[in-house]
Amino acid sequence: MLNPSFIDRIWYFLSSVKLAIFVFTTIGISSIFGTIIDQSSDPEKNIKLLTKIFGQSIALDVYKIIDTIGLNNMYHSWWFITLLFVFASNLIVCTLERLPSVLKIIKEPIKPINEEQFSNFPIRHHFTLNMHIDKASKLISDAFSKSGFKLYENREDNNIQSYSEKGKYSRLGLYITHISILLLFLGVIAGLFKGFNGYLNLLEGTNSSVAYLQNGQEIPLGFEIRCDDFDVSFYEGSDTPKSYKSNLTIIENGKEVLKQQIEVNSPLRYKGITFYQSSYGFSPSPQSLFHFRITSRSKKQLETKIHFDEQFTIPDTNITVKVADFSPAIAMDESGKLFTYADNMVNPAVFLEFYDGKSIINRQWVLKRFPQSWVFPEGEIEFVDLWGSQYTGLQVRKDPGVWLVYLACLIMSVGLYMSFFMTHKKIWILLKKNANKTDVIIVASTNKYKNTFENKIQETVSSLLKTDK
Amino acid sequence: MDSSDFFGISSIAYVLAMVLYISYLAFKNNTIGILATTFTIAGFASHTIAFIIRWKEFYDLGKMGILRAVPLTNLYESLVFFVWCIILGYLIIEWKYKTRTFGAFITPISAMALAFIDISGMSKEIHPLVPALQSNWLLAHVTLSFIAYAGFSVSFATAIMYLALSIDDKKSPYYILWTVMLGLFSIVLLAMGIDYLTFKIAGLSQKVFLKNYLFKATFRNESFLISITSYALSVCIILFIWNYGIYLKKLISSFKITQNQLDELTYKSIAVGFPVFTLGGLIFGAVWADQAWGRYWSWDPKETWSLITWFVYAFYIHARLLRGWRGAKIAIVSIVGFVSTIFTYLGVNLLLSGLHSYGSM
Ligand code: HEM
Repeated sequence: MLNPSFIDRIWYFLSSVKLAIFVFTTIGISSIFGTIIDQSSDPEKNIKLLTKIFGQSIALDVYKIIDTIGLNNMYHSWWFITLLFVFASNLIVCTLERLPSVLKIIKEPIKPINEEQFSNFPIRHHFTLNMHIDKASKLISDAFSKSGFKLYENREDNNIQSYSEKGKYSRLGLYITHISILLLFLGVIAGLFKGFNGYLNLLEGTNSSVAYLQNGQEIPLGFEIRCDDFDVSFYEGSDTPKSYKSNLTIIENGKEVLKQQIEVNSPLRYKGITFYQSSYGFSPSPQSLFHFRITSRSKKQLETKIHFDEQFTIPDTNITVKVADFSPAIAMDESGKLFTYADNMVNPAVFLEFYDGKSIINRQWVLKRFPQSWVFPEGEIEFVDLWGSQYTGLQVRKDPGVWLVYLACLIMSVGLYMSFFMTHKKIWILLKKNANKTDVIIVASTNKYKNTFENKIQETVSSLLKTDK
Repeated sequence: MDSSDFFGISSIAYVLAMVLYISYLAFKNNTIGILATTFTIAGFASHTIAFIIRWKEFYDLGKMGILRAVPLTNLYESLVFFVWCIILGYLIIEWKYKTRTFGAFITPISAMALAFIDISGMSKEIHPLVPALQSNWLLAHVTLSFIAYAGFSVSFATAIMYLALSIDDKKSPYYILWTVMLGLFSIVLLAMGIDYLTFKIAGLSQKVFLKNYLFKATFRNESFLISITSYALSVCIILFIWNYGIYLKKLISSFKITQNQLDELTYKSIAVGFPVFTLGGLIFGAVWADQAWGRYWSWDPKETWSLITWFVYAFYIHARLLRGWRGAKIAIVSIVGFVSTIFTYLGVNLLLSGLHSYGSM
């Protein structure tokens, strides 16, 4: 049997703010290590770093210690997760502990106070107005309603007590903030246990019904996805990419159900699975097709797709054209020699040979990105694409917790706004009939930003005294 | 005139304002004070014009939505915006609290940031946006982060002033801490100023990156003699500030700023900075990462350091409200918070490697 005082002690421990401060500090400091020590699985980098700091002789031993306590995969280590867990429990217990008393404060409307109590407020003003008590009461209630206080009045023989409060719900702000952090945790956990984070490389023209995890494990999607086309475009005159676009098609039970173009900031979502444009690559094969758009001198248009080493004929002529060479990224060195400067299709070019019957009459490089190179005596040949040679790198994710995370963020914003930009303010005003004059005592309290509130009341009082003259 | 001319005008105005604010503190001459404010406002106006022109230049170049063309895409542009936020925040404080004392503390931060921009060789050219940055979240994320950073800078300045005002025992650890912090701050400013001069004299190309040039003229100089002298001089500067720091107290107190006001101002700037940072820095950053890469959090160094900074300020809030920490103790938490902020912003990019291509130069 558990000793009840033991549970009490755990409860007390978990409700303490000291624990919160300890957890803040520990998570903070350990995260600092996490950003210095490389968190990828490759030990080499860390050993290098350690050798720099500690010298050759003990670097390996230090690494072993780091490896044992998991500092090189810290965010997934048992102790870091325990810390987060303690953090969450701390937050829950702390919130439960205080919520009832705050709810009570909120439920209870503000009440008039005894005359003696008027002397023990830190914000306090005492002055006399040269007017009848009824007029004074009207004036004061107008002045305060300007700053948002609706005054309740309590009349007794010779005096009037008015009181009001504002922003009492702001006291809930911190609970809303705390609860949002718990929701965030729930969302993250849901994502970790019920979702996956994988990738998929899809060559143009191919399809897949699975995605892959980092460790190579296959995850069935429940439908098929096909890449119809992938395209990078560049800013004019530079190799700075402007956009990566993939045209994707979702196929379910043999039927095309959705076609969508995705870009880096606009993914495709289908049945809870999201496909993000994340990388691309070049992997040509004999099946890849060169796509040309030809305009002959007689203004006849022709679009054609051919394999490497195949030919097409320019309309209205006997001239045939053959693809004889290809470079994914062509450039010229200082001596005028051509070379390929990148592995990806950054600046693709085809080398075309023109035949009149059997004899070669012309040969020329045609660059996809440079229209100047498309011009020939026979017309214009635009190199549109080498289709089927690029693959799109998709990040594939299923995260059923993400909406909870978003909701938590929304709630947290509201909670923080209430905590920091709203305050719970109370005022009490006692008016005492003093012949034809009125003695006024104003007291006020606030849970935050006392100086600001004090100044505000000071201003109202000054303006009251001014109208009195 | 293009945007960089206007930026040039405003940096000169801020540096002059810094000198004027400091002389105002020393001589307490009202005309100097008004002049200092005038220079700050003029600099701010020119800064605003420059920012708008750059936005337009960017818009014309990129031919995309007006919101996506906001010039906040690299370290250079974000620093420029950071300075803008600080100055705006300061001007509001000067106007609301009717005091110019803070100017002497805030303009040096701005001047330091601008000097840093200039020496760093950070590319000032307008670069078109790579695809990952073509998001409207970028605007929200970066703008709000910088507003929060500005709030944190103000809290740093007021916390230092608080410590300067409240402690005169030279052996007190708090006194040592604030003088050393101020010393380090001045040394970094000075060292970067020297970098700037030598950099300009040597006429090096902008391609020499910050990483290679920072402190090259001083601490990291090839000549052992120069580097050791720099260290020795730094120690002297710190000792000097440590020794004469008490005069700062006399200066500040002669301006009728109370410790209470400073304490509350520190809390208030954090009370603005913290929620804005949560929303803009952490939440919008996560949303953006979620849109662009499909994960809202990936523990990369930049993200982790933002989280660390967030925890420091959460610590501040809880220690203050719940444990009732006041005075020097809490001022130090806010100083730690600012050091962490600076590291999140610059240190991560300069010292740690990460995925965050955003801050790359
Ligand atoms: C990083 C996580 C946390 C955040 C962002 C956070 C945020 C906040 C905020 C915004 C406030 C309101 C401050 C104000 O009213 O001005 C607050 C107050 C409070 N927090 Fe947290 N909190 C966190 C974690 C915790 C934990 C783990 C505990 C558990 C001990 C805790 C206990 C409290 C309590 C008791 C208050 C009430 C302060 C008062 O009564 O004035 N918080 N917190």
